[in-house]
Amino acid sequence: MSSKVYQKIYTHLHAITKATVSLKATGVANDELALVHGHLAQVVKVKGELVTLQVFAGTEGIPTDAEVVFLGAPPTLKVSEQLSGRFFNAYGHPIDGGPEVEGEERQVGGPSVNPYRRRQPSELIPTGIAGIDLNNTLVSGQKIPFFADPDQPYNQVMADVAMRADVDKIILGGMGLSNDDYLFFRNEFESAGALDKIVCFINTTEDPPVERLLVPDMTLAAAEYFAVDRNEKVLVLLTDMTLYADALSIVSNRMDQIPSKDSMPGSLYSDLAKIYEKAVQLPSGGSITIIAVTTLNDGDITHAIPDNTGYITEGQLFLRADSDSGKVIVDPFRSLSRLKQLVQGKKTREDHSQVMNAGVRLYADAQNAKTKLENGFDLSDYDHRCLDYAKEYATRLLSIDVNIKIDEMLNTAWELFSKYFSPAETGIKQTLIDKYWVR
Amino acid sequence: MSTKGKVSGIVSNLVTVQVDGPVAENELCYIDLHGTKLLAEVIKVNGANASVQVFESTRGLCMGDSVEFLGRMLEITLGPGLLSSVYDGLQNNLATMEDVFLKRGEYTDPLDRDKLWEFTPIAKPGDSVSAADWLGEVTEGWLPHKIMVPFSFKGSYTVKTVAPAGKYTVDDVVATLTAADGEVVEVTMTQKWPVKLAVKAYREKPRPSKIMETGVRVIDTFNPIAEGGTGFIPGPFGCGKTVLQHAIAKQGEADVIVMAACGERANEVVEIFTEFPELIDPHTGRKLMERTTIICNTSNMPVAAREASVYTAMTICEYYRAMGLRCLLLADSTSRWAQALREMSNRMEELPGADAFPVDLSSIISNFYSRAGMVILNNGKTGAVTFIGTVSPAGGNLKEPVTESTKKAARCFYALEQNRADQKRYPAVNPIDSYSKYLEYPEIAASLDAMFEKGWVDKVIGAKMLVRRGREMADQINILGDDGVPMSYHEAFWKSELIDFGFLQQDAFDAIDSLCPLERQKEMLDMLLEVCAKQFLFEDYEKCRAVFKDMINIVKQMNYSEFHSEKFYNYRTELNNLVQEYVK
Repeated sequence: MSSKVYQKIYTHLHAITKATVSLKATGVANDELALVHGHLAQVVKVKGELVTLQVFAGTEGIPTDAEVVFLGAPPTLKVSEQLSGRFFNAYGHPIDGGPEVEGEERQVGGPSVNPYRRRQPSELIPTGIAGIDLNNTLVSGQKIPFFADPDQPYNQVMADVAMRADVDKIILGGMGLSNDDYLFFRNEFESAGALDKIVCFINTTEDPPVERLLVPDMTLAAAEYFAVDRNEKVLVLLTDMTLYADALSIVSNRMDQIPSKDSMPGSLYSDLAKIYEKAVQLPSGGSITIIAVTTLNDGDITHAIPDNTGYITEGQLFLRADSDSGKVIVDPFRSLSRLKQLVQGKKTREDHSQVMNAGVRLYADAQNAKTKLENGFDLSDYDHRCLDYAKEYATRLLSIDVNIKIDEMLNTAWELFSKYFSPAETGIKQTLIDKYWVR
Repeated sequence: MSTKGKVSGIVSNLVTVQVDGPVAENELCYIDLHGTKLLAEVIKVNGANASVQVFESTRGLCMGDSVEFLGRMLEITLGPGLLSSVYDGLQNNLATMEDVFLKRGEYTDPLDRDKLWEFTPIAKPGDSVSAADWLGEVTEGWLPHKIMVPFSFKGSYTVKTVAPAGKYTVDDVVATLTAADGEVVEVTMTQKWPVKLAVKAYREKPRPSKIMETGVRVIDTFNPIAEGGTGFIPGPFGCGKTVLQHAIAKQGEADVIVMAACGERANEVVEIFTEFPELIDPHTGRKLMERTTIICNTSNMPVAAREASVYTAMTICEYYRAMGLRCLLLADSTSRWAQALREMSNRMEELPGADAFPVDLSSIISNFYSRAGMVILNNGKTGAVTFIGTVSPAGGNLKEPVTESTKKAARCFYALEQNRADQKRYPAVNPIDSYSKYLEYPEIAASLDAMFEKGWVDKVIGAKMLVRRGREMADQINILGDDGVPMSYHEAFWKSELIDFGFLQQDAFDAIDSLCPLERQKEMLDMLLEVCAKQFLFEDYEKCRAVFKDMINIVKQMNYSEFHSEKFYNYRTELNNLVQEYVK
């Protein structure tokens, strides 16, 4: 890390908390980086002469006479083609034993794209998973998180999606990743022979939590380089954003800010939006698509983190263990892709949206039948058919281990409708019934 | 000499400035960041320290950076050319910014200064005029855009000269007026107005007396909004707030639409940019974009400008209302605006109210909603601003400060329900909890009687009762079981389902079903109520379910068919035959 020529060294800390230090200094710029006792820190508040810094590595062992040097610039990343195939830590330093990257030094967390210069996302990203492609189709330039309980295989699903997606670069931002999961991703990427199109910024559970705050900005700065400068299609994976938000609350708490819901900072919505809104379809053809993970506490989506996320992202993919089929499924009720109508029926077959809606509606009827069954009531013939349908629907379409083409998903759905229901019971447009009903 | 200052504190976008002279609340200032000027607004003064919210990122700002106060509040420029423009929350024209990325401190002109407008005079020399009176007119798109006496003019003036018909730019003087004290003032086609003040240059503000057609059945028939009325749409994410709002924007019966994308997703605004220039306004046959202004302050844009964006949008509506036009303002979402207030209040370390929102949230919201309304202009003509805001309640829980405060201010309540959305019953407007206070207005009831038929409101209330009864029956069936209740329970439940599927639900993505004119709404409602008025005879509840499912399917096919087409009536006959077969 280079520093100013005539740098001034401060040696008296005024206050220390677990995440921040304060000292008297002059001429300090907002957001500027500093070295505190050799640890990287960033200016977060200036009040008169008193400057507060968040210390990324934590303040353990920092004495009140620690040396503080201001570096005169916000966090930066050197960008070039050399990023490809490399693994970095939260500061953008290699952790794979390779050399430092050479390239243009850019500030991370930079300005947003002029909304007027954006293009409407219109390219389908097929994943082979019917719970996604059929019911919640993904589109390039979209931002969408997995909402999952910690015990669900979200990282595996995300890796599957990434490896199957037709993109030029995959950039992984790992926050609080367990070492095992980090090695899993590394292994997946290596064994798929896809290393040259991967860039990883990794903060594991062994690293200090406040460092995580840098990961999304680093990841997206690299993504913007490939998407804007090189017109590439970039897929960004961010896991786990809940741990990122937890780090935000640690810092705001140490700064004595008044917490809002669930002890999260009042600016949580803006903080998350700054990250997710980097997803973009550019006029030049490049794009950034963000798939993130937000882990939940026992499926609670009303907690401030998933709640704010849901209002920012273009839908969410909800994973759930299904007792009927014994599989992990993409929940058709709570999952949603807001951009799906941009490709459904346009890039896919004409019957796509009606088949999707009918499939989910009938699955909802099955849930009602199940409630009746649980309450000890007799089931009607329709209820029985719904239950049988639901089981097969979950196994053949909703399960995350499905890997088929979209036309095949549609055909499977028609096959199930025809097997269990009459055309009227599906409520699908007559013209489509005439064409696709399996007689 | 204007007041100057120096930066003395920074927390994110809240900056404290030590000032050397007088400053006013809400006064603007420029902070000089190494040559880049950042616009900011005073929100609190304490001794010689002014707290300002900066409308840009404060990265790199240093202690001691110089600040210059401007002696005015945040104001926007009003004049021909506002329509079909895309602005940020501070009225910078986003379309004329060259770069792909937004640059800090780049401020662009909201109006095209070179464009020539065909001006026709209205006022004559010698006329006595006051603020908002019409002096002349240009044609903007297909709308008559009145050139008015600026809203800020106080008292009465006499017209001295008016420019003859011809082509002028917005900056050319088109009239001169003589004030009471003899001073002569020049009027161009533009004027400025501070956004946080309501424009009150009109004669009176009566109660709304007519509904605004939206083409959405659950609104127009069940919970109509008045022209000049207020409504809000709360709902958890994923329930279709934005789709519903876009449907209203596309189909709403208004001359001017202002959409404020306030702290929402950029891709949703892109959808408007992409689709509106192509879509046709069903009422005039012109391109939708020609009547639309977009105020776009997406969630990643600076939070202080987000707060300003709703005021900017409202001011533009009030401007067009003064021309005798009907305006519709859609703000998505007012919760983001409230959160912007919360972020600032938090940084100023104010004592928080509920959920850490500022304590005056409720009064700020009701004050804003009160700027909507129908008005009678000085010349006796009418204009209206109808306002519909969305609310994004945290965790989908309607017992939170923004929803509760808005409920006190808005007259229509369109509650989106997670449960309905899960079942893909769109629009997911809860038919029981939602309401329109306008149905209780005798003026509105009279106007509905004239539009539809005498006693229309009672008919609507009757239909609502059917739906409510159906819900109660469903609860009973769930508790007692299919066998445990009499047949009439099943029948009542399925009648409510028929109204739900056949009328309340509407496919926003289907070319025909998405727009349902009032005439068609009446015909469908009459038809469904006729079916529901019949007593049926079924051998068992299985049969009841099967027959009603068939009916629902037929009615849905009708909704997908062209109105008055042969197909439409074939389905109708099919429905009648089915009903006849099972009627008691």
